[in-house]
Amino acid sequence: MPEITINNQKVTVEEGQTILTAARSIGINIPTLCFLEGYEPLGACRVCLVELAGGKTLVPSCSTPVTDGMEVYTNSKRVRQARKTVVELLLSEHEGDCQLCDRAEDCELKELAYELGIRDVHYEGEKPEQLIDESTPALVRDSGKCIKCRRCITACNTIQGVGALFPQYRGYRTTISPAFASDLESVACVQCGQCAAVCPVGAISEYAHTDSVWEALDDPSKFVVVQTAPAIRAALGECFDYPAGTLVTGKMTAALRHMGFDRVFDTNFTADLTIMEEGNELLSRLKKALKDKEEVALPQFSSCSPGWINFVEYYYPQFIPNVSTCKSPQQMFGAVAKTYLAELEGVDPKDMVVVSIMPCTAKKFECRRDEMNDSGYQDVDYVLTTRELGQMIKGAGIDFRSLEDEEMDKPLGTSSGAADIFANTGGVMEAAVRTAYELVTGRELPMEKLHIGPIVGLEGVKEAKLKIEKPLPDWDFLDGAELNVAVAHGLGNAAKVLEAIASGKADYHFVEVMTCPGGCIGGGGQPRYTDNAVRQARINAIYQEDEGKKLRKSHENPEIIELYKKFLERPLGEKSHHLLHTLYKEKETV
Amino acid sequence: MPTRENQELTQTMSEHPEDDPALLEALDTVIDGYGSEKGVLIPALQSAQNLYGFLPEKVLKHISKKLNIPYSEVAGVVTFYSYFSTVPRGKYLVRVCLGTACYVRGGKEVLAAIKDYLGIDVGETTQDRKFSLEIGRCFGACSLAPVIMVNDTVHQRVKPERLKELLAPYENDEVEANEGSGEETTGGSV
Repeated sequence: MPEITINNQKVTVEEGQTILTAARSIGINIPTLCFLEGYEPLGACRVCLVELAGGKTLVPSCSTPVTDGMEVYTNSKRVRQARKTVVELLLSEHEGDCQLCDRAEDCELKELAYELGIRDVHYEGEKPEQLIDESTPALVRDSGKCIKCRRCITACNTIQGVGALFPQYRGYRTTISPAFASDLESVACVQCGQCAAVCPVGAISEYAHTDSVWEALDDPSKFVVVQTAPAIRAALGECFDYPAGTLVTGKMTAALRHMGFDRVFDTNFTADLTIMEEGNELLSRLKKALKDKEEVALPQFSSCSPGWINFVEYYYPQFIPNVSTCKSPQQMFGAVAKTYLAELEGVDPKDMVVVSIMPCTAKKFECRRDEMNDSGYQDVDYVLTTRELGQMIKGAGIDFRSLEDEEMDKPLGTSSGAADIFANTGGVMEAAVRTAYELVTGRELPMEKLHIGPIVGLEGVKEAKLKIEKPLPDWDFLDGAELNVAVAHGLGNAAKVLEAIASGKADYHFVEVMTCPGGCIGGGGQPRYTDNAVRQARINAIYQEDEGKKLRKSHENPEIIELYKKFLERPLGEKSHHLLHTLYKEKETV
Repeated sequence: MPTRENQELTQTMSEHPEDDPALLEALDTVIDGYGSEKGVLIPALQSAQNLYGFLPEKVLKHISKKLNIPYSEVAGVVTFYSYFSTVPRGKYLVRVCLGTACYVRGGKEVLAAIKDYLGIDVGETTQDRKFSLEIGRCFGACSLAPVIMVNDTVHQRVKPERLKELLAPYENDEVEANEGSGEETTGGSV
């Protein structure tokens, strides 16, 4: 193994490691603006330059592998000067309206300029034309702020396999955008926001709904209810300097009440409802296939993640019949709130405003889909990302850290642990299996702490098999059957699963897909910056929330039982069909 | 540059060659010939430009689907190389060198004058389809800077105020469109 010195510190590193990772392993930080952990380095931004003893030129540490005996200096005068020049050059082309930028708090460029002590930009000149793209309901792009680091391209092309973004034109005129510098709306962007999640500056962000939400809260004639997605509670704390993976469910609830929401509810409630519908849908598909010998699309795919829905509609329309017809928990919540809840509260649904807090940008798109008006109104009015909520709480002058924990309101605030784990990869599958297994056998899922080991964790595609023995009489056709399930997160991984199914190499009954790496905890609307360590910390927090609950299975949620008794009657019933299910349609990619 | 056989095809072409199924079939035959090799995008684009005379949007989208390469990437390559054009090219392609030598010796002024004279921007074609304008990066004639090329002919030490004279023979069609292809590489000084 090569032995090198970094700033006169000896370190033994693995063959093939880069200078950057070697330095980080011994606690020496080298700044980067384009590097994305786990992906091929690009060497585009040049801020990670380091000096090698005897080297004529400085080298980018992100893409230079170590060799035995290498002497590296990461903080020499030459390095500092070069780095300063590089950052100044970036600033000279950057539209620096920092006070008005939504990255004011966590801009990597601004932070780096500060750390390097840059107080003056020596290079003045023409700036490239600034194009602002507000064409989609989810994302806003500002080319004036873009530093062309190309992280978004890695996210869009390599991680998601979508390829909406690419460098267009050349040299000074280069702009990172859809084909011919067109708007996102005109291309097959799934609106997942992974580009925004990795952007080091304010060039890609969510389309803000903050003003609209304040307006609703200020309007005394409106009954404003809020739902919080499962993934928020494990990430919102990061907006208030808590370490990643700190659960802040109680403080979040208190903060939302302070902001003036009339009711604070939980998307977890409708996650439980989703399991009732989606689990029964799966069993009904299995029954049709195995008992009635009818033609039915299997495997069934989960349908909670709107980026994934877009992905199927654009790129794999042949699989549309396989996607569960269940609306996502966000949309089920809106439909239930403006019908069932409106009736319970005696509120005219036209005066009800439903706000969602989501870890996601695609949810902003989803709530405006034409199909999402089954209550007679737009079921969900506004969607705030975790980041937007953090900003609003600060803006409202709420001292988040000193808040006392509060409980969510009833009935739409009651949920099971199965709903919590909707936040992370493998969670929807596990939640569905906890319920489906029990419905079929009458017995609890025989697994430690109710977790399905093989589908827990950050591996891109995970599989599990589940043998069904001694089912209840209604399900005797499943006796001895082995249920094959798969879990994918990140659309590139989802595409692998789809290709394997299409080519006959894989055969599953149920597949969970979450658009973003790690699942919703790693969503495009979460606090930046999210790497695998952050993902894992948030996932641990979510499992902790699940395990800490008495209620662990969706079908045991008393408020769900009540909802069926009073209103929906039964899973897959007529009312469910109308309010909780939807259809998808093929869309052109180019 | 269109080859001779393709020129015949382009000459008989309609206003909307992208709607011609025969051309599309010809393109597909070329692309299919590449099989599933990597790095076929640029050759495919070259073939398409030879066939169509330029790269219509419809054809680029077809290539994107056929090669399973994102449309953004196809467009990224097309917009990177000045060789590719997404608008029909005029009979005469004027390329203004903005390489270092030409740049410091007034290439930018030459470009401005040509834009002004032809009434088009870089990448555009005049209404009468006579002239297209592009920027070049060094034709290897630095000692003659600033230079421009009209089709395959290099014009040296170009002065903005004498452009009219330089372009007149082309305007009046006193030169062949494929003049100079092959041996003759430098035109007279103006």
